Amino acid sequence: MAKMTMTQKILASKANIAQLKAGELILVDLDMVLGNDITSPVAISEFNKIGKKEVFSKEKISLVMDHFAPNKDIKAAEQCKMCRDFANDKEIINFFDGGEMGIEHALLPEKGLVTSGDVVIGADSHTCTYGALGAFATGVGSTDMAVGMATGKAWFKVPSAISFVLKGKLNKWVTGKDVILHIIGKIGVDGALYKSMEFSGEGVSTLSVSDRLCICNMAIEAGAKNGIFPVDEKTLKFLKAAKAKTPKIFSADQDAVYDEVYEIDLSEIKQTVAFPHLPENTKTFDQIENIKIDQVVIGSCTNGRLEDLILAAKILKGKKVAKGVRVIIIPATPKIYMQAMQKGLFKIFLDSGALVSTPTCGPCLGGHMGILAKGERAVATTNRNFVGRMGHVESEVYLASPAVAAASAITGKISSTKEVL
Amino acid sequence: MKVEGKVIKYGNNVDTDVIIPARYLNTIDKKELASHCMEDLDKDFLNKISKGDIMVAGKNFGCGSSREHAPIAIKESGISLIIAESFARIFYRNSINIGLPIIESVEAAQDIKNGDELVVDFDKGIVKNVTKNKEYKVPAFPVFVQKIITNNGLVEMVKSGELNK
Repeated sequence: MAKMTMTQKILASKANIAQLKAGELILVDLDMVLGNDITSPVAISEFNKIGKKEVFSKEKISLVMDHFAPNKDIKAAEQCKMCRDFANDKEIINFFDGGEMGIEHALLPEKGLVTSGDVVIGADSHTCTYGALGAFATGVGSTDMAVGMATGKAWFKVPSAISFVLKGKLNKWVTGKDVILHIIGKIGVDGALYKSMEFSGEGVSTLSVSDRLCICNMAIEAGAKNGIFPVDEKTLKFLKAAKAKTPKIFSADQDAVYDEVYEIDLSEIKQTVAFPHLPENTKTFDQIENIKIDQVVIGSCTNGRLEDLILAAKILKGKKVAKGVRVIIIPATPKIYMQAMQKGLFKIFLDSGALVSTPTCGPCLGGHMGILAKGERAVATTNRNFVGRMGHVESEVYLASPAVAAASAITGKISSTKEVL
Repeated sequence: MKVEGKVIKYGNNVDTDVIIPARYLNTIDKKELASHCMEDLDKDFLNKISKGDIMVAGKNFGCGSSREHAPIAIKESGISLIIAESFARIFYRNSINIGLPIIESVEAAQDIKNGDELVVDFDKGIVKNVTKNKEYKVPAFPVFVQKIITNNGLVEMVKSGELNK
């Protein structure tokens, strides 16, 4: 009888239903409800319409002021203030602002606020990141967030799944970012629409937790409801270090039914770049000609972790960024910032001519701290390259790994690491 | 419920960044959001439409960011309904949650042209193309989703205690 995917098993446990089938509509108990400084104000205004005085839990809500913070203008400051006042009034413990603020999807795993088996909704599309830790995590809108804060519940259509069976091991300088860009290039920006992307296979153990977080982060760029990895030693070690709650481990049934199965040999994946204006427009370096750039951004919820900065530093060490190229490096959280500083990465970055920014989502969504002018091109380790995403409607964003971004910073054109090492 | 209006048509993968660019997300004022609706895709959008008009698009409408500001801006601009070949899932649920009617139909979305006049009967599940004198049968929402719509959105459904029923 049991034929559930890993995602379905987590949802079944939180809906208190023994057996679920794809397509069923269910009401699920939530372990975490997340919002940021852009989506929370809408959610707070909806919450107030519900007329509840208290939130469902003071611990299970996280408000992170990361998008237009440090406040980029008066209106952004007002939005953060609205969130701050709400958090104070409702005694929400996990409110992150100022020196406690990091990019939400790097911050929550680091703070141990998500564990295996959890159901997490976030009013931010990249909430799917936490699937890397064996949780069901998905992006929703502000109304869902408001109702989640009021009731601790959310409605879902039970998703079917696509299985990605990983084997082999990534080559040097090839990363989780290249894996997910490769997959999106293969299945398209709606290739996993409404579905789960479930990763499995012997190749999983070769991927770091940081790579898995990066892969799940961009599941939404294939239209997926969630991405999810099985829980292994590396996951448990990560959760223990973060002092997360006791993990509850779920795994897909042996005979779980998938809509499609892809086998991916990690050793065959090459450094990959997504060209404007869709993440599915991927190319490898045998297809890339001379494309000059104006800016490089290394950071974001996709690639702003310590591992990403170490990778970039290995390439930038002792080198100079190309004249005329602005290189902005954004550690995702204060902890990562401190670790990068203590490891001497800032000296490497600053010596090379790169800038180091305070944690913020900033340029990724064209908010602030690195906006592009008309006709300018950026290589970014971020997650979207839509029209106007990082600034002017006629600017261009090329998505790549921290390794490719760092190499491109040195040459001033889109470059593989081979060109600089 | 019935709506009628003239069609404004767009292509595939219309993302929420072009529906409402992030540089305008420093406000939750609905009118202000609507004043920038579709700006990065179609500068003349607001001049082209009249209240009640219907947006038609291709695949994966509303992909990208979870910003509810996107369906809010479209609804507030006067658009009464979106018909698309498919919707990105967060946009789909946001639209339902805020009470912006949407219809997923490959046949209708592909056949309808810019400027066509439509009459849509939600109860019967029929989209009538008056310009082409043609009808498209569209699937009804699941019962739970219908309940959200008849309650005028998810917040009202929670207020009335219907969510747990």
